Amino acid sequence: MEFSHFLSAMTPFNIALALFGVVAGTVIGSIPGLTATMALAVLVPITFSMDPASALILLGAIYTGAIYGGAYAAILLNTPGTPSAIATTFDGYPMAKRGDGDLAVALACFSSVFGGMVGAIALLLLAPPLSKVALAFGPVEYFWLSIFGLSLIASLSNGNLMKGLAGGAFGMILSTVGVAEISADIRLTFGSQVMIGGFGVVGALIGLYCIPVLIDLVATPERHLKVEENVKSVRISEAFKIAMRSKFNLIRSSVVGTLVGILPGAGGSVAGLVAYSEAKRTGKDHQKFGEGEPDGIIATESANSATVGGGFIPTLVLGIPGTPPDAIVLGALLVQGVRTGPAMFSQSGSIVYTFIYGLIIATILMLPAGLLIGRYAYKSIVTIPKAVLVPTVGFMTIIGTFAIRNSVSDVIIMLCLGVFGWLIARFGFAASPIVLGLILGPIAEQGFVQGWTIGAATNNLIGMFFGRPISQAIIAFTLMTLILPIYLAYKKQPHKEV
Amino acid sequence: MLKKHIKNTVAIIAAATSFASIASAEINGPVNYIIPFGPGGESDISARLQQPFFKDKFGEDMVVSYQPGGGGAVGWASLNGLNGDGQTIMGVNLPHIIIKPAQKNVGFKTDDLNTFYMFHYTPDAIVVTADSPYQNLADLVADAKANPGQVTMSGSGKASANHLAQIKFDKLAGTLTTYVPFKGTGAAVTALLGKQTVAEWGYTTVGAKQGDAVRMLAVAMENRHPLFPDVPTFKELGYDMTGGAYRGIALPNSASAETTKMWSDMIAEINTDPAFQKKMLDGGFAMLDVDSAGMKDFMAARVEEYLKDAREAGLIK
Repeated sequence: MEFSHFLSAMTPFNIALALFGVVAGTVIGSIPGLTATMALAVLVPITFSMDPASALILLGAIYTGAIYGGAYAAILLNTPGTPSAIATTFDGYPMAKRGDGDLAVALACFSSVFGGMVGAIALLLLAPPLSKVALAFGPVEYFWLSIFGLSLIASLSNGNLMKGLAGGAFGMILSTVGVAEISADIRLTFGSQVMIGGFGVVGALIGLYCIPVLIDLVATPERHLKVEENVKSVRISEAFKIAMRSKFNLIRSSVVGTLVGILPGAGGSVAGLVAYSEAKRTGKDHQKFGEGEPDGIIATESANSATVGGGFIPTLVLGIPGTPPDAIVLGALLVQGVRTGPAMFSQSGSIVYTFIYGLIIATILMLPAGLLIGRYAYKSIVTIPKAVLVPTVGFMTIIGTFAIRNSVSDVIIMLCLGVFGWLIARFGFAASPIVLGLILGPIAEQGFVQGWTIGAATNNLIGMFFGRPISQAIIAFTLMTLILPIYLAYKKQPHKEV
Repeated sequence: MLKKHIKNTVAIIAAATSFASIASAEINGPVNYIIPFGPGGESDISARLQQPFFKDKFGEDMVVSYQPGGGGAVGWASLNGLNGDGQTIMGVNLPHIIIKPAQKNVGFKTDDLNTFYMFHYTPDAIVVTADSPYQNLADLVADAKANPGQVTMSGSGKASANHLAQIKFDKLAGTLTTYVPFKGTGAAVTALLGKQTVAEWGYTTVGAKQGDAVRMLAVAMENRHPLFPDVPTFKELGYDMTGGAYRGIALPNSASAETTKMWSDMIAEINTDPAFQKKMLDGGFAMLDVDSAGMKDFMAARVEEYLKDAREAGLIK
């Protein structure tokens, strides 16, 4: 942790790597279908010839950039560029629609840098104790965490609770299609090979979010996004003021993101959703969330960026990757001959600390790089004529979906879901509950099956599901999230005497 | 007349050489190495270890990509639709490619896969935390006998190598333990370290990665693993159990015999490199050399063994 590691991270070569990584990551992350995992997997061989610390800095910078880049498409096209940016669409796209897209992009950049710094500093100072969080979370805690995530449906679907729940249930059913992750059963494929891989989250995201936007673009004469007379530069100082006003939201969401990032198997999408739900629950204007509330973007973007540093905590301390990109970094380290796991901080301390400082440098570099790229992205989306925008984005959705696992089935599923999503939107069903069900369904299922198996084996089912302190805390948060909207609605109603 | 004869001979020789040059296979440009799982697992790590050696020996890049889904089935079902020119290869795993098609139609059959080399395996091992009350295998067996069903053991997946090992050991030891399937070895180890389960059915790679945090009670090898000279084999302790998860590489079945042979030789060359072997052993893997010529017999023996185990365990009909 000495200062010397900071200096070894600061070599011109490492800084250049960090800058390159952030820019490349941001661009890749902004394209739906091209994920951080894919970018890292392709670039790992380049790092073989580097020393381990530089290799890690490059990979960490790409990862950080990609998570931020996911926000562009979320804000400007209503399509999460990476799954982490799902909740960014909730308020980002409404903001862009009303002409505040530039403000939203700048806000996302500030929030991402802040969240990324919190995650990286936690990794620097608190990694060994925080890694215990990963171990404290058992199957039952994951089960309750996913139920908590699903409770967000209640607060997401303003006034449309039944439709929201129906969407969530439908998403959960979709998540069971194909070969089950842990029981290896083949379910709901109706004998078809197309369905055996199930509904991939990234493909479903592209279909359910992006295709309806494209159909609407073609079907209506209006411009894609409302713009002021002349496109101003990204509203940096305005965004900075808003971010400063919401400093509690920033800090809380970053801490949530760091903690969720530590949990293997949860990841940036869950972090963004949990932070969003907390921001909405505690915010002054609950109703404004979902209609272009800047606090929504601040919460999700700071949280998902914080998962980068948070995810490296179990990766480096326990040798257990927090997210798929972490797993690739772990593999790259092994090839370099660096042993991860309990002994890493003591045996390879200089590599670890040089890497952590490198991650911090990359996060700082994201501020100028992110604002510049964001400005360019916003300008091009706003000024490109529809006749060019629609085919370009349409082409990208197909390439992006195919690239996930070179599967034509995925493209077919994506397109069908897209048309389906557009149709049900006519009847007031939103895409988000379906995607929530799709992401959280498997986590809930696995946690439940494992918790039940262990509880039944030790004759302690009730204690297993309700007796553990962390579970009880999550259950309490879930109840608060569920009851608050009902209570508020009750209070708002004029009380009539019977 | 003679002249004509010579001319013919020359023409024949020329044709033969040009035919030979077409037939002798070679790689042109980067090779696509598909792992039909997500990153971070044993399949990924061993491919990543091969990557620099391939570039070093054969001058071309080996690009590792992931195509997860259906527990590997999505990748394997698509393999034979890919180009068999030798530029694309795919990782294959045992028992997966034997058990999955036996359970249901998953879009491929075991015999469809043109597996040309099995290059390593991860021996089964029982892993406990460093502070576990089980000092040795006898402690665990005694507890499992005294409290039937209460000894919970995490593992990766169902009808998987870990699961089959648990079933087999229960039968050999006359115990009843509870197997808790997790998504991948990483999650199963997390559950062990977090004390969600009292033991884990894992591999020697878990012991290599976790170091002092865990203790292995026994490994399913013929001889002890060089990295763990103090950990006994199951055989030493009286349980006739060797094996684990085997990993190899396959080509699309449209690949020519020459291409298959070329690949088998290339992977064999990497496998015999002492530097590669050291990296593998340090990671807890165990080396294995089954080339394309010996694959048929090897697979036949494994198919018989796995299907018998799985049938007895009620995992397949």
